[in-house]
Amino acid sequence: METLTKAKKKTKKEKAIKINGAEAVVKSLLAEGIDLIYGYPGGAIMPVYDEFYKYQDKLHHVLTRHEQGAIHAAQGYARVSGKVGVAIATSGPGATNLITGMADAQIDSTPVVCITGQVGSNLLGTDAFQETDIVSISTPVTKWNYQITKASEIPEILAKAFYIAKSGRPGPVLIDITKDAQFGELDFEYKKCEKIRSYNPVPKMDKAQVKAAAELINKAKKPFIIFGQGVILANAEEELRELIEKADIPAASTLLGLSALPTEHEFNMGMVGMHGHYAPNVLTNECDVLIAIGMRFDDRVTGNLETYAKQAKVVHFDIDPSEIDKNVKTDVAVLGTVKETLVALNTIINQNINQKWHQEFKDLHQIEYKEIIHPEINPTKEKLTMGEVINAINNETNGEAIIVSDVGQNQMFASRYANFKQSKSVVTSGGLGTMGFSLPASIGAKLGAPSREVVAIIGDGGFQMTIQELGTIMQTKVPVKIVVLNNEFLGMVRQWQEMFFDRRYASTVMTNPEFTAIVEGYGIKAKKVSKRENLSAAVSEMIASKDSFFLEVIVEKEGNVFPMIPTGATVSDIRLK
Amino acid sequence: MKKEIYTISIYTENNLGLLNRISSIFLKRHINIESLTASSSEIENVTRLIIVASLTEESVKKVIGQIEKQIEVIKAYYHTNEESIYIQSALFKIKSNLLFDERQIQNIIKNSNAQIVTVSPEFFVIEKSGRKEEIEALYDELLPFGIMQFVRSGRISVTKEEMKISELLKKQLN
Ligand SMILES: Cc1ncc(C[n+]2csc(CCOP(=O)(O)OP(=O)(O)O)c2C)c(N)n1
Repeated sequence: METLTKAKKKTKKEKAIKINGAEAVVKSLLAEGIDLIYGYPGGAIMPVYDEFYKYQDKLHHVLTRHEQGAIHAAQGYARVSGKVGVAIATSGPGATNLITGMADAQIDSTPVVCITGQVGSNLLGTDAFQETDIVSISTPVTKWNYQITKASEIPEILAKAFYIAKSGRPGPVLIDITKDAQFGELDFEYKKCEKIRSYNPVPKMDKAQVKAAAELINKAKKPFIIFGQGVILANAEEELRELIEKADIPAASTLLGLSALPTEHEFNMGMVGMHGHYAPNVLTNECDVLIAIGMRFDDRVTGNLETYAKQAKVVHFDIDPSEIDKNVKTDVAVLGTVKETLVALNTIINQNINQKWHQEFKDLHQIEYKEIIHPEINPTKEKLTMGEVINAINNETNGEAIIVSDVGQNQMFASRYANFKQSKSVVTSGGLGTMGFSLPASIGAKLGAPSREVVAIIGDGGFQMTIQELGTIMQTKVPVKIVVLNNEFLGMVRQWQEMFFDRRYASTVMTNPEFTAIVEGYGIKAKKVSKRENLSAAVSEMIASKDSFFLEVIVEKEGNVFPMIPTGATVSDIRLK
Repeated sequence: MKKEIYTISIYTENNLGLLNRISSIFLKRHINIESLTASSSEIENVTRLIIVASLTEESVKKVIGQIEKQIEVIKAYYHTNEESIYIQSALFKIKSNLLFDERQIQNIIKNSNAQIVTVSPEFFVIEKSGRKEEIEALYDELLPFGIMQFVRSGRISVTKEEMKISELLKKQLN
């Protein structure tokens, strides 16, 4: 009788089974619904790789060509799928190669879990072969990190890792696992983590604050919304749209907020910031109520804080209390997920009409269109411009592609000129500005959203920072489209040298290899275009291709991105040339 | 804005790496930590850190925000000197012969409310608890006689205001 009830209890609770730590890592990943991870093997993580071999039908491992590639791919995956990206590497150099990606994911709030092998716990602190104190090294660039030294800790710590990475304001988590913990045995039982007593991921919404926000917005004559990635992370795109339409508010995006509102939406005024659009930057300093939604007032957005939106009352919606008043003093702060707070706000917001105010945006946009946009996409000069290449891609993809831009001029042109119809269409390294991000991130993006077209836009400089990931594309056959905008310069730095250093082009000239030959060496179809008449056919061949495809476009060497707010200048002093 | 001395009290879970995370919040902003003490608190398994630093109120608020963001931090507070009750302790090691040869030393010890903790043939040790200034005053008085060793602890402090950490912990678990 007694044994019977005991047995019953066990099946009910899910049986604990005896396995080793390495297998527990795999089973924990599976329990979290992970079926795809990115990584690179090595000594200290071999027991886990051995389990990958056994579980390969359930858990697909993408072998990148560098650990940096693995974590950027995991980031790309996370950004388009909303799921947690997982990157895995060995100890020492494998682990340190993940650092740039962790810093990138930390500053861009991307949920990633990194797993690294570590030397045996008896060797810790002895300068053993490939021992690095990755927990200390990664501390400032992770949301949380932990070193596992006992097999029995694995399920609980990994459950915590996933919970922390994806809850609240997402971020990267690193779990370092000593080799003996991978070999050690444990009774495996997995319970998802749902709470940590010291951690409050979503602050409680304060209805009084929502009301105060609504009062300011309802009274506003010139309200203006700046939305950021917080809207996408909270799946609040619909609520944002409802607010904008109901209260008739012009809205602009941060770099990472792009695609949360369709480009073509009539109230979408474009992008704010250093190379953002003219009207929203200028009118930031004209609005009477500035409504910031899921954004963090980065210095690339605000320019000089002393002269930023001083005339406006500021309402800030965010999930992270430490963002409130960090850079810009707010009049009303509404904490909580942007979804929850916008739902509450929308019920008490009044319908409004701000026609004259909208007209101010339209008038300024006309100036930008005439002086910058029109000549960029309809150039009279012989050489191709970056803007016209992006425009050709728009025409071919109908604004339905995920655009994974790198860093530099290519990124700004992609962000300014690409059209987006649906959310999660932009993957780019915003806060860190990591050159080399886009090629590996595009691999993850395509694997995270296989039904969507994924186009990487990269400069000739950034391409060569992670060019080895062409090998990953070759091996996995992931059909990403790669566009290199070749200006034979480190273009963005060159532009600054032109503008602020009297054209002293110190170390920005690039002598480049024949990229198409390299790409073809990897068995990827490649094409090079330098003439306008060949551009649209080449883009259309690329988009039509079922396989991955590489397109190099030789563009104007000394093209510049405008408008521009020089570093530290006032947003409204944005320069058109 | 004017800089002031703030006592930052942090209630945390026990965790090896947390101190590293917290000190890097100060490091990153070039804020010098004047003293740091870690100890158990009134709640089981909860550690209390006390950090003293000189900074503006605006920056202490931001620092608290960053500290509270750390996963294992339960709650962080900042207080001015007026809002807290605080002391530090110090140990002075002095040559034993002085205690008998220099009568004055005995008076100094008595007047400063310090205690002799140990006496050996070679040296004796005085312990003094109090405000930093009191300890410094004693130091200055003893200096002419020769101090073999001196050490001062970090500040420990309790607040005049109630903390309600247990309630907070209960709330976050539900
Ligand atoms: C890893 C890294 N190193 C250096 C920089 C500084 N940086 C920013 S933009 C840029 C030039 C990028 O050149 P390229 O990739 O050719 O793109 P372009 O600007 O020409 O489009 C550089 C060097 C950076 N952002 N990231």
